[in-house]
Amino acid sequence: MEGELVLLGGGGGGGGGGSSGVSTNESAVLSNVEVVSEACSYPAESELELGLGLSLGGATGKTKPATATSSWGECGRILTAKDFPSVVSHRTKNGGPSVSVSGTKRAAESVSHEGGSPTGISGSSQVVGWPPIRAYRMNSLVNQAKSQRADEGDSGIGEKDKPKDALKKKLNYNGNKISSTTTVNEKGHLGFVKVNMDGIPIGRKVDLNAHSCYQSLAQALEDMFLRSTNSVGAEKEQLTKASKLLDGSFEFVLTYEDKEGDWMLVGDVPWRMFVSSVRRLRIMRTSEANGLAPRFHDSNERQRSKPI
Amino acid sequence: MHKKMAFSFPDEVLEHVFSFIQSDKDRNAVSMVCKSWYEIERWCRRKVFVGNCYAVSPRMVIRRFPEFRSIELKGKPHFADFNLVPDGWGGYVFPWIAEMAGAYPWLEEIRLKRMVVTDESLELIAKSFKNFKVLVLSSCEGFSTDGLAAIAASCKNLKELDLRDCEVDDLSAHWLSHFPETYTSLVSLNISCLGSDEASFSALERLVHRCTNLKTLRLNRAVPLDKIANILRHAPQLVEFGTGTYTADVRPDVYSDLAGVLSSCKELKSLSGFWDVIPDYLPAIYPVCSKLTSLNLSYATIQSPDLIKLVSHCPNLQRLLVLDYIEDSGLEVLASSCKDLQELRVFPSDPFGAEPNVSLTEQGLVAVSLGCPKLQSVLYFCRRMSNEALVTIARSRPNFTRFRLCIIEPKTADYLTLEPLDVGFGAIVQYCKDLRRLSLSGLLTDRVFEYIGTYAKKLEMLSVAFAGDSDLGLHHVLSGCESLRKLEIRDCPFGDKALLANAAKLETMRSLWMSSCAVSFAACKLLGQKMPRLNVEVIDERGPPDSRPENCPVDKLYIYRSIAGPRFDMPPFVWTMDEDSGLRLS
Repeated sequence: MEGELVLLGGGGGGGGGGSSGVSTNESAVLSNVEVVSEACSYPAESELELGLGLSLGGATGKTKPATATSSWGECGRILTAKDFPSVVSHRTKNGGPSVSVSGTKRAAESVSHEGGSPTGISGSSQVVGWPPIRAYRMNSLVNQAKSQRADEGDSGIGEKDKPKDALKKKLNYNGNKISSTTTVNEKGHLGFVKVNMDGIPIGRKVDLNAHSCYQSLAQALEDMFLRSTNSVGAEKEQLTKASKLLDGSFEFVLTYEDKEGDWMLVGDVPWRMFVSSVRRLRIMRTSEANGLAPRFHDSNERQRSKPI
Repeated sequence: MHKKMAFSFPDEVLEHVFSFIQSDKDRNAVSMVCKSWYEIERWCRRKVFVGNCYAVSPRMVIRRFPEFRSIELKGKPHFADFNLVPDGWGGYVFPWIAEMAGAYPWLEEIRLKRMVVTDESLELIAKSFKNFKVLVLSSCEGFSTDGLAAIAASCKNLKELDLRDCEVDDLSAHWLSHFPETYTSLVSLNISCLGSDEASFSALERLVHRCTNLKTLRLNRAVPLDKIANILRHAPQLVEFGTGTYTADVRPDVYSDLAGVLSSCKELKSLSGFWDVIPDYLPAIYPVCSKLTSLNLSYATIQSPDLIKLVSHCPNLQRLLVLDYIEDSGLEVLASSCKDLQELRVFPSDPFGAEPNVSLTEQGLVAVSLGCPKLQSVLYFCRRMSNEALVTIARSRPNFTRFRLCIIEPKTADYLTLEPLDVGFGAIVQYCKDLRRLSLSGLLTDRVFEYIGTYAKKLEMLSVAFAGDSDLGLHHVLSGCESLRKLEIRDCPFGDKALLANAAKLETMRSLWMSSCAVSFAACKLLGQKMPRLNVEVIDERGPPDSRPENCPVDKLYIYRSIAGPRFDMPPFVWTMDEDSGLRLS
C-alpha cells in the first residue's frame, strides 16, 4: 500500500498514511473545521467559519440548533460509501438525499418529509442517466436489436438466448431479463415518448422501458403531473392506490396516439402491443375522451382485453 | 491616447494583426490589454462564442460586438444528455435569433449545442439572414422537418447543414426537395439523426449530383444500402461519408456496385453510419481503409473478428469510435496497427446487462495506451478496473488531454485488491499534466479528490458520480483545480460546507451541476443572496423548496456565473435564488 502511494509522495505531504488536510491558504478559512483524515463523519457544526464569513442557518433563525445528526434528521441520513455494498443493484436505503422522480425508475425514491422513515425501496432498478450514454445511442442500439431479430424471423417475444449473438437481452431491470419490451415507435425513437397533459403547457417525456405494465406507467405519470405541492403523506397514498388515470374515475384519463395517428385509451391492449405502437401520450380530460373506445365498464365487458 | 504612445500602431494595423487571432480565449485576452485594444477588438471580432446562453443576454452581446458573422451558443448543462435535466428547463434559442434578426442581417453562421430550437426559430433564420451559410445543431431539439424545409427553401448560400444527435420531429422527408434546383452550394450535410422512413432518395440524389462542392455527407439510417451506390456515384470528391443502414440481402451486384463506387472516392478520410451491419458487405470498404483517419463504428453490431479485420486495414486511423464487441483482443490489434491513433471511444453494447457479454476489460485500454504513442483522448466503458492498470496507463501515456472512464456498475472497487480506485486516478492526474477533461467512476473516496486538487492544475472539466465520502472531497476540487470551468456531480455526499466555503471560486467557473447530493435549500438561498453574479438555480420536481424544511437537500442544483441576472423563462420546477430570495421565500 505504501509503495503505491510513493508516487504521490514526491510532492510532500500529499502521500503518506493519511490526508494532509488542507493547504495553508485554507487553514485560516477552515480553522474551526476539524479535518479528519479518514473518517466519514462531518466536523462539528457549532462554530463553522466559512469562506465569506457566512454562517449557515443563522440568517433566518429557522433551522434547529445544529448537531451532527439533527440537521439531516428530518431528511434521512446522508449515505456514505459504507452504505453501499459493492454491487449497487441490490442496495437498500435507509433514506437519503432526495432524488428526482422524472418518470423513470430510480434506486432511491424521494425522502419522506416528516421523518427518516423510508418510502421503501429495495431491490435493483435502473438509475436515471446511468451509465452515461446518450439516449440517441441507446435508441439506435436497441432498434438494431429489434430489427435484426425481426429479420431473423423471431416473434420477438421470448426467443431463446443466442450466446454468441451480440444482440443479447436488453434492458435488464428488476432482476428479470426482458427481451423485447423495448419500445420502438415508427420514428425509431425508443423508450422516451412525449407526454402532454391538458391544461399544462409544458410537456414531459417518459421512458417506457422503465415500466413493464400499465400500472407502473400510470403511477409515474401521476407522480410527474399530478403530484401536489403538499406532498406530505400523499406519496404513501399514491403508492398503494390503483392508478386514477386508468380506471376512468378521475377527471383525467390517459390516452395515446398510435402508429396510425389514432388516439386510443391506454390499457386496452396487451402491454407489449401498446409499447410497440405508441407514438406519444396525452393525459386528456375525461369529458373530451368520450369519443374514444369505451372503457368505463367492468373488465368483463371488455371485448379486446387480454391478460397482460 | 495614441499620440502619447510612441510605439502604437494605427487602428487598421492592429485590426489586421488581430484578424490572425481566431481563438476565443486569445481574443478575450487581447481585449483586456487596454481600452483602445478593447475597442478595436470588439469592432473586428467576427466569431462570438457564448458557452452558456444564460451567462449573458443577446442584447449585451450585440452591443459589444457590432459586426460579428458567426455565433456559437450552448444551452443545457451536459448532464441533459443523460436525461438528468427535466424537459422544459430552458435553453431556448428564439430570443437570440429574434435579437440578431434585427441587428445582424449579415449573420452567416449559427452553431448551437443543447438548445431548444423551434420551427419558428428556423423560419426566422431563413427569413432574416440573406447570406446565411452555416447551421450546426448539436444535440438540439424542438424542431421538425418543416423548419428544415424553410431553411432549405430560403438560404441560397447555405454551405453547411449539420444536425448531429438532434431530436427532430420527422414529419416528412420531402423537406429535401425544398432546396431549389438552382441551389448548388452545399458543402456539408449531416442528417444522420433523422428517422424518416419515407424515401426521398431521388431528391437526395439530385441534390448530391448538383452540389459538386459537397465534401461531407452523413446519411440517416433510412437510406438503404443499395441506394448508396447511386448517391456516391455523383460525389467521388467526398471526404467524409456516413452510410445509412448497412444491411441488405447479399447480392453480388449490389456488392460490386458499392465496392466500385467506394473505391472511386479517392479523397475519403472519414466513414460513419453502419447501422445494422451485415459483415458480408464490409469488405466493400477495404479499398478506402488505407486513407481513413476517422472511423465511427459505434452503431455497428459486428463481432470482434470482423472488427479486427477492418481495423487492420486502417494504418492511418486517428480516431476510432467502436462498440465493446471489439474486445481486448481487437484493441490489441488496434494498438499494433494504428500508431497514429489519437482518440478512442468504446461504447457498451449491453449497458444494462448484469454480466459482461463481451470480453472487454481494462486490458484493452492498457494495450492501446501502451501501443499508441499519440493517444490523447479516451472514452471507455468497461466493467472492471484496477489501480495497477490505471497507473500503467498513466505512466505510459502522459499525453492524455481527455480521460473519461466509465465503469458501468457504480462504486466498483479495484477487482484485484478490492480497494478504491483513488490511487489509479491519482496517477492519471499526476502523470498527465495536460489533462483538461476527466470523468471518474468506480469506488472512490475523498482521497481521489485530494489528488485531483493537488495535481490536476490544467483540468477544465470534471464529471463525478457516486464518489467521495464528505465535503472534503468537493473542497479539494474547488480549492485546488485552478483551471476548472465545469464541474458536474451526481449522487455524491457533498453538502453545504464545501460549497459555501468556496463560493468565490464559482464565479471563476462557467457552471456547477449537483444532483442527488446533500446541498440544503438554506445553503442555496445563502449563496444566491451573497453572490449576485451567480445564478443559483434549484431544480426540484417535488414542488417548491420552501414547502420543505430549509435544511432539506435540494434535488438538483445548477449554478452558473452570469452578468445577465436571473432568467425569466424558467418552468415551474426551477427557482432562482437571488438577493430577494431570503425575504420572499422565508
